[in-house]
Amino acid sequence: MLIKFFIRPRKGVLDPQGRAVAENLRSLGFSDVKDVKVGKYIEVYIEDKTVEEAEKEAHEMAKKVLVNDLIEEYDIEIVENR
Amino acid sequence: MRFGIAVYPGSNCDYDTYRVIRDVLGEEVRFFDYRETKIENIDCMVLPGGFSFGDYLRPGTLSAHTPLTQAVIDYAEKGGIVIGICNGFQVLTEAHLLPGALLPNIHGKFVCKHQYLRVENDSTVFTNKTKKGQVLKIPIAHHDGNYFCDEETLKQLKENGQIVLRYCDKEGNVSSEANPNGSIENIAGIVNKRGNVFGLMPHPERASEEVLGSTDGLFILQSILSS
Repeated sequence: MLIKFFIRPRKGVLDPQGRAVAENLRSLGFSDVKDVKVGKYIEVYIEDKTVEEAEKEAHEMAKKVLVNDLIEEYDIEIVENR
Repeated sequence: MRFGIAVYPGSNCDYDTYRVIRDVLGEEVRFFDYRETKIENIDCMVLPGGFSFGDYLRPGTLSAHTPLTQAVIDYAEKGGIVIGICNGFQVLTEAHLLPGALLPNIHGKFVCKHQYLRVENDSTVFTNKTKKGQVLKIPIAHHDGNYFCDEETLKQLKENGQIVLRYCDKEGNVSSEANPNGSIENIAGIVNKRGNVFGLMPHPERASEEVLGSTDGLFILQSILSS
């Protein structure tokens, strides 16, 4: 079973990487770029359990270590049979 | 006094700090491995600078969840004196011993230079040898030193006198030009509400001998001795 974590800087929190990438994209001609956020993608493989149990565990992992909710926000995706 | 220095994989200012405490201050000091579970017979714990656990995930995060850091949390809760320097400051915020977070520098660059700091609170355990408004010259060396907190936390920090050091120019002016990393209100160092835990981005151990270009770091280290 796989938990996917999609982590990105919280709105209003400075993201120097995102800003630099946005400027670079614009300089390459993508003049429609309004904003860029650079975050993290984490895969955690766990033993099989119900999706509800996996979601609960995922949020605990996020709260305890994977995400700093002062500066980051996240989404999860549970993938069965992985 | 008996000092303890936390050593995580990737700490790299542990020996600098050890040398200053032993050879310059003339005090007792020992290292603590990150797997140790107890802190006993120690008067001050130092969390040194470096890139513990390679800054993986976020700076200080993985160190914050080690047995030794749990012992540091217990030690601080009993009133033990704790100082976190640079990466040590990041560990203290991730361990929730100090509020806020250290974001990447606003310009995206590593900054390494001597920096002027203004003392905002001279009555802490860590600054009792200084005077309010005094300007200290102490090096900084970091990529993630951009202090951030929410507005409510900032209000509390101000009301409780928890802002101890601010980045400033040579004359002591706190301005955006003198801010090396984008920190909110030029914050360089804060204490917890109780006043026994101090985190700062500048390195006092790198400003403790004439040969290093400044001895202003001793104002902070000697304050701890007289506390």
